Amino acid sequence: MSPREPRATVPVTIDGQEVDAVEGETILSLARRVGVPIPTLCYLDGLSVHGGCRLCSVEVDGDPRLRLACATPVWQDMDIRTSTWDLQEHRRRIIELLFAEGNHICATCVSSGACELQDLAATNRVDHIHYELSYADEGVDASHPKYVLDRDRCVKCTRCVRVCAEVEGASVWEIAERGGGSRLVAEMDVPWGEASSCTWCGKCVLVCPTGALSFKGRGVGEMRHDAEVVAFLSRARNEGEWVNRTDEEVPS
Amino acid sequence: MHDIHVIDPVSRIEGHAKITLHLDGEGQVEDARFHITEFRGFEEFCRGRLLAEMPGLTARTCGICPVSHLLASAKATEQVMAVRIPPAATRLRRMANLGQIVQSHSLSFFHLSAPDLLLGMESDPARRNVFGLMQAEPDVVRQGIGLRRYGQEVIAAVTGQRIHGTGIVAGGVAEPLTTDARDTLRAGLDEALAAARNTLELSFGLLDRFAEELETFGTFPSMYLAHGRPDGLWEHYDGTLTVIDADGGVIAAGLDPADYREVLGEAASSDSYLKVPYWKAALRDDDPRTAMYRVGPLARINIAERFGTPLADAGLAALRERVGRIASSSFLYHHARVLEVLAGLELIGELLDHPEITDTHVRAHAEPNLRRGVGASEAPRGTLFHDYEVDANGVVTGVNLVIATGQNELAMNRTIRDIAARYVTGPELTDGMLNRIEAGIRSYDPCLSCSTHALGQMPMVVELVDQEGVTIDERRRT
Ligand code: SF4
Ligand code: FES
Repeated sequence: MSPREPRATVPVTIDGQEVDAVEGETILSLARRVGVPIPTLCYLDGLSVHGGCRLCSVEVDGDPRLRLACATPVWQDMDIRTSTWDLQEHRRRIIELLFAEGNHICATCVSSGACELQDLAATNRVDHIHYELSYADEGVDASHPKYVLDRDRCVKCTRCVRVCAEVEGASVWEIAERGGGSRLVAEMDVPWGEASSCTWCGKCVLVCPTGALSFKGRGVGEMRHDAEVVAFLSRARNEGEWVNRTDEEVPS
Repeated sequence: MHDIHVIDPVSRIEGHAKITLHLDGEGQVEDARFHITEFRGFEEFCRGRLLAEMPGLTARTCGICPVSHLLASAKATEQVMAVRIPPAATRLRRMANLGQIVQSHSLSFFHLSAPDLLLGMESDPARRNVFGLMQAEPDVVRQGIGLRRYGQEVIAAVTGQRIHGTGIVAGGVAEPLTTDARDTLRAGLDEALAAARNTLELSFGLLDRFAEELETFGTFPSMYLAHGRPDGLWEHYDGTLTVIDADGGVIAAGLDPADYREVLGEAASSDSYLKVPYWKAALRDDDPRTAMYRVGPLARINIAERFGTPLADAGLAALRERVGRIASSSFLYHHARVLEVLAGLELIGELLDHPEITDTHVRAHAEPNLRRGVGASEAPRGTLFHDYEVDANGVVTGVNLVIATGQNELAMNRTIRDIAARYVTGPELTDGMLNRIEAGIRSYDPCLSCSTHALGQMPMVVELVDQEGVTIDERRRT
């Protein structure tokens, strides 16, 4: 289907506001279009939907379950609530668990000031962690000449896994094991520098929301990501729109 | 049994400390110890991190002089990378260090020591603080606040208003100086210089008023260590080290800071977390006290022939007229700080006027090329060393920091002992006496959380130990 072909719309209510949604679009896409903020972490424009972080959970009237805004298409007369007290609490707990599970010390992190986890904590007013901290201490994988992986800062969003498989086509990254013991691995759990499938393209580093993946040589607070690169590439490939990005900041 | 007086806590020192006075059978002070009881674990914390993160990480060792750690750390990373940084970056770093010296010395002089110096050590303790001083000498305090603020503005202009102010990075500085920032600093300089000149006059006047303290506050022979230059000018950032003896004779000059381990020993101290550095070549009977040297403002003005700036040089000449070529009383640390504030401002002025101070090439990029690097510079309190070892991937495998307050520990103990021997004459400790001992320590401006590489503070523990080494009492403060 050509993207310019008009699509049918359905009436939907979001936070009390009656709007026309495009048939088949997700709650998240609708919300962004009409300016209703819904926090996300694993979702990234241009990549497949993972639905793993559950930060985008919303309530739908008459539906006993929470729905993932990034993964749920709208339906006719859907009545969506995006920021009830329960949802806000739910999101705060998720963010706190992410902090507790890893080792996130902003004051010493390369990504401080450009970290989506840090931003999420701020915008969702997480001021302390109610869970016991794990003090994760796996250490860094600095075996790659250009990049560094600090697993203690990884939130397992799988953005790097997806961008590497879906955009670069290299499939270096995978999540090994399950649950609390799961960890990001290169190939069959080799040091990154020994992963022969890695093309050194750096897209994983650009899309990582935290300080888990960074450019080697960056000091505290010096890392800048550019997750938009994926939306740009997918627009370019799917729609033939090679929009010049010179007005945006492209990290060196 | 010997009596032991414990003064606790030492107020108005940044950090926590404990002092033990050991009296002999006659009730005379036999020995004095200044204990550092904070947690130490900084080296552990850095191991396993990336080289380029070290400046930002180590700057968090210490909220008291982060710029000093940034500089020594960045210099160590550049030794590992084996790069030279662009000249504009060097100038900006020098300016930041001068700003740090101005702000830190102003804090020490006006906020921490001036209450004793201007209100008198026997004055009402409830009012002997910066608030009492504000009432008694509002102009002095205002000038002190202004000087400190100016120093902070200089630092901010270089390190930026970034969240954690880490504009000093491996390879140079993160951002060039803007012309706006330069002009703003230039506009504020004259007022700061005027305040510093007034302060110098004030401080010089105090030398007469405190003639007795000049004699008793750590007036003993020692060696001195600081950065020094072949042309004799005062140095605060770069180059080689000079060591002189108590009379000013040169023991060593042109020492590469990277060789510090060859010349400095580090004695473990049983009652302190600090390692106690000493000058190896002077060690006698395995007693580090025989190899004591002092670092910091006093050492720097003793080692330098002159500052190379007119106002500070006039002040230095006047001091030498008064006390001789070598200032050996630790009480003169205060005056040395005031001289350095003035020199710092004059040199900041010179840097601001440099045509290339706003040059935009301020950073060199390189990978780790060597496995070890040592960076040293002059922190406000004295020579600071950062020593890193890295693996082939640039991951830090070893860290050693040698810090000014640690290097001055032997001299601080000696100072306390001398003061106590003079003022502690009976079993009763009077407030004026205690405050004199505190003031003696304060002359060194120790930065305790820094010198013990603290991540946090442990509750203070006060122990009383008899001559057999048995703890006879213990107090805990949470
Ligand atoms: S490394 Fe970064 S992008 Fe990859 S899963 Fe972890 S947090 Fe997500
Ligand atoms: S953004 Fe929807 S589950 Fe992560």
